[in-house]
Amino acid sequence: MKISLHGLHKAFESRVRLGIMSALTVNELLDFNSLKDYLNVTDGNLASHLKALEKEKFIEVQKSFVGRKPNTSYAASKLGRKAFNDHLNALEQLIKNVTE
Amino acid sequence: MRGSRRHINFELQSTFNMKKEQDYFRDLVEIRSMMERSSKFLSLSGWAGVMAGIYALIGSYLAYYVLDFRPEELSDPSATAILPDNFGQVVLLALVMLILAISTAIFLSSKNAIAKGEKAWNATSKRMIYNMAVPLITGGLLILIFISKGWISWIIPLSLIFYGLSLYNASKFTFGLLKYLGLIQIGLGLVAACLIEYAVLLWAIGFGVFHIIYGVYMHIRYER
Repeated sequence: MKISLHGLHKAFESRVRLGIMSALTVNELLDFNSLKDYLNVTDGNLASHLKALEKEKFIEVQKSFVGRKPNTSYAASKLGRKAFNDHLNALEQLIKNVTE
Repeated sequence: MRGSRRHINFELQSTFNMKKEQDYFRDLVEIRSMMERSSKFLSLSGWAGVMAGIYALIGSYLAYYVLDFRPEELSDPSATAILPDNFGQVVLLALVMLILAISTAIFLSSKNAIAKGEKAWNATSKRMIYNMAVPLITGGLLILIFISKGWISWIIPLSLIFYGLSLYNASKFTFGLLKYLGLIQIGLGLVAACLIEYAVLLWAIGFGVFHIIYGVYMHIRYER
């Protein structure tokens, strides 16, 4: 089971993945370098987190060319948006429960 | 003995829970900050607004008192193509002010972005600039068309209105307050269209005074 008792999704345990999903929910499409700038991580690190999210089908990958350079862009999938939203609600709920 | 152990256990557990709670809280803070940083350009410099305002005040003073620019005397459409002799100088002055204001804004905002460890030319600043450019270039072209027809008096209201529209549009991708500066410019532009004899004064208020007020407020609020 990938979802914990509290409704938190395993895929979002890492802050980098959380950051990627946050950026992709407010942006239709972001390329690799923009994501890298926002998150302040290395190429390899970002690539592996993106792969993990891609495997969950939480993000969609679009390859294109800018001039002659290959350019990869990422967008949140419907499934990813829903999972992220559920995760956010679970986080909020947890904090509420503890403070009450 | 037993009681004290239980006490220790309880304490351990409560710090464990608290750490978790702080983690969740930090997650939420991080998410919020990422959403904001990746959708809004927050390095737009307040000082750039102040400087643009000062250039505009100097420029409008020079245009009005030194070059004797009186657009209300040039509003007669039948007077097509009879431009005042020094109109070229007015246009040159306007261009110099525009270039100074834009380069100051780019320079100071880049400095802000670098200080925050971000790139000035990133996805958010690009989006803000594209959204600003469409109304601004449309207005600029329309002004050129009006000049070519000799309708000089319309330059000032049009520049205020289209600049206001471009700020309003850009405000979605930077500080939301920019929206109000945009609305003020649009309002002043419409008033200037009705009261051409006060157009230069209204332009100085819009581009000069309100830029300075906005810039000072932004600087105090976000940059100190």
